[in-house]
Amino acid sequence: MTAGPPLLEVEGITKAYPGVVANAGVSFAIRHGAVHALLGENGAGKSTLVKIIYGLVRPDAGRMRLAGAPYAPASPAAARAAGVAMVFQHFSLFEALTVAENVALGMERPPPMRRLTARIRAVSGAYGLPLDPDRPVADLSAGERQRVEIVRCLLQEPRLLIMDEPTSVLTPQEVEILFGTLRRIAAEGTSILYISHKLEEIILLCESATILRGGKVVAGCDPRQRAARELAEMMVGRLIAPAARAAAPGGAPVLEVAGLSLPPAGPHGRALREVGLTVAAGEILGIGGVAGNGQDELLAALSGERRAAAAAVRLDGRPIGALGPAARRAAGLCAAPEERLGHAAAPDMTLTENALLTGAVRERLVRRGMIDWRAARAFAARVVAAFDVRTPGTEVPARALSGGNLQKFVIGREILQRPRALVVNQPTWGVDAAAAATIRQALIDLAAGGAAVVVISQDLDELLELAHRFAALNEGRLSAARPVEGLTLREIGLMLGGAHGMQAARPEAGRLAHDPA
Amino acid sequence: MIRLERRPAPSAFWTAGTPVLAVALTMVAGGVMFAMLGKDPVATIRTIFWDPLFSPQYAAFSRPQLLVKAGPLILIATGLALGFRAGIWNIGAEGQYIVGAICGAAVGLAFYPLGGWYIFPLMVLAGGLGGWAWAMIPALLKVRFGTSEILVSLMLVYVAEKIVAAMAVGRLRNPEASGFPGSRNLARYPAASNPELIPGTGLHWGVVAAFLAVAVIWLVLARHRLGFQARLAGLAPRAARFAGVSPGRLTLACMGLSGALAGLAGLFEVAGPAGQIRIDFGSGYGFTAIIVAFLGRLHPAGILLAGFLMALTYIGGEIAQFVIGLPAAAIQAFQGMLLFFLLGLDLAANYRLRLGRRAAA
Repeated sequence: MTAGPPLLEVEGITKAYPGVVANAGVSFAIRHGAVHALLGENGAGKSTLVKIIYGLVRPDAGRMRLAGAPYAPASPAAARAAGVAMVFQHFSLFEALTVAENVALGMERPPPMRRLTARIRAVSGAYGLPLDPDRPVADLSAGERQRVEIVRCLLQEPRLLIMDEPTSVLTPQEVEILFGTLRRIAAEGTSILYISHKLEEIILLCESATILRGGKVVAGCDPRQRAARELAEMMVGRLIAPAARAAAPGGAPVLEVAGLSLPPAGPHGRALREVGLTVAAGEILGIGGVAGNGQDELLAALSGERRAAAAAVRLDGRPIGALGPAARRAAGLCAAPEERLGHAAAPDMTLTENALLTGAVRERLVRRGMIDWRAARAFAARVVAAFDVRTPGTEVPARALSGGNLQKFVIGREILQRPRALVVNQPTWGVDAAAAATIRQALIDLAAGGAAVVVISQDLDELLELAHRFAALNEGRLSAARPVEGLTLREIGLMLGGAHGMQAARPEAGRLAHDPA
Repeated sequence: MIRLERRPAPSAFWTAGTPVLAVALTMVAGGVMFAMLGKDPVATIRTIFWDPLFSPQYAAFSRPQLLVKAGPLILIATGLALGFRAGIWNIGAEGQYIVGAICGAAVGLAFYPLGGWYIFPLMVLAGGLGGWAWAMIPALLKVRFGTSEILVSLMLVYVAEKIVAAMAVGRLRNPEASGFPGSRNLARYPAASNPELIPGTGLHWGVVAAFLAVAVIWLVLARHRLGFQARLAGLAPRAARFAGVSPGRLTLACMGLSGALAGLAGLFEVAGPAGQIRIDFGSGYGFTAIIVAFLGRLHPAGILLAGFLMALTYIGGEIAQFVIGLPAAAIQAFQGMLLFFLLGLDLAANYRLRLGRRAAA
């Protein structure tokens, strides 16, 4: 490693938003060529800090130095010019364009397309990230899309590469390949700031870590010297009791899906192929899978937004596959989609109106076509009270709530309807730890009360904690469900489709793959 | 630099205040336009907004005209508002208005010269059905083939205009008019006429229907499932499908309702103030009603007020035309400005204007 000052020094960074202090006097340093972890719960201030370093947000106080020189980027362009690059958690790629076109769009002065494709090939080969620059992004897996983002950054030859929750969309095998790439990048002298809340990853990858809690640095350490439990306690500040799962039940089947096939809904949609599953009373079935493998489609097929043959979906033996959402709710099958704003809830409508949105049928909020607003308000108030939704009242628009609070409202709205079966997609995505714990416990309690619950999630830890049985969704196909008891992470990875045909390729591999045969 | 920042919740002040401010700005910009046309801006604006109601010279004639003009505008606009809330854009109310008038007038003329209490109700029914059927064409095409209801309904206006012209010289022509185009005058056929109910007020059955429509649509929007579904579909289409709203059924309901109300407006007009089917029966109520609907913020109460305001600019514009010699196009531009300022100021309700550089993302 190079002697002299650290690559990036952060000193006393403070940033306050109305109502919250996102960062309070944050200081830390990243050495040249180091992989440095930024660890913290959702809401701990990681994102704000990273946005400050990347020039998206300006701090209220504090200063930064990059390689010894004062560093105060006014914009991401200035940050990039100084040698700071960032791979975001959510990709900003245009599906209809090719890899090379997407890369060109992110450059200030893109070189001619032929030179660019050659450079993309060279860089992607050198770092074991094989990519065909001429393929449209729509055809790429999540892991390959992430490569596009990484290659886009590497072309700038950055001194510091920021990775924001990079593994949330990857299978365990893909994660291993990514780590290999990151180690190689670091070995060549580029520092990496690695943001995550997954402790095992950080212990595996990072040589130093800064732990944030409530906007403050609570500890700096070498994660390789610590146990995961220690890091977790530093991160959370208290011990969170794991949700108590009931014993595997032996109830009668409640929700049965058989031979469910649906064509893709749009140009970039996913077809469902011969999906079959059975969930018994009192059971939680966990469905894992990398995003974009049919999760949204499966939820739509179960909620009734998309219809199938009547016999494809059965509830308590009754065929309901041809019914629409309202009729399915009446039958006892409720659902909570992944996207809170705009799908599970209407952002501009009040909580009362959003309670009516799915509660109209089972809670009898509409009589002979007329809405009983008083009953709707009472139902919304019940959800707010039962699930500790932090809101000034039931008459505020849904978009005024934080993600965690709105998610509690959405899940609570379905659970309070006492469904026979409940299907949820990404129930705790982007939700703070306390809200996530509340939601998970509520799902467990619902199952314990005799309902059948299907949890679709990308968070394997969550599924292993909640589910009695686990199945994987891969390219629109659902694997056979296996008891979670005794399932290893490696087996799960293989169920999820392994590395999606990706491999840590040698430099030649990328070129060979593109040669016309 | 000026930036727009989304407000966390729409500002109540601006939601209520924008129509007033839009009217004020229209007066200023209109005044500038009138001045550029060589007219005294203050006198022109007084002629448009004041004289129709209070001038001793014109008020006796023009005051009843207020209800006569506002009636069809309000009736059509309340129907459109429900669809507009749902994101279903029926731009062709003018065509539905014309077809409603043709159907209603045809039923009335078929009974000529019989008497009977049932004739007028039958005409009302036919007028509503005619407008409904004309609106079903774009609605069904949209539901079945995904065509744009905006284009199809608009194009059907021109088809309707050709049909009404053909009717005026063809099937519905007055056989006793020695070859002149135009139907018999329904206003002079008591069993089929839509008379002024209280002399000197301009109140006719169409105005009564407009007030009823305001009340009913208000109730539908506030309390009925259909109103909730329409608002939901407009605000969050995906959430609406999740809630179980069928986009096709909603399209048929909203298009059908707005078409029926426009058809009724046409019938009441042809049997009352207009009196007969003429080549140029279409008078633009169906288009102006779109402005009225937005000016009234797609709310029945707002539409009631906006209908009167718009009627006032119509009547005042006519007075300004023959008193001051203002071109008719200037009045239309004036009405267009009103919509322009209203939609422009709409931003203020949902966004905050910020001066200066962007500081935080």
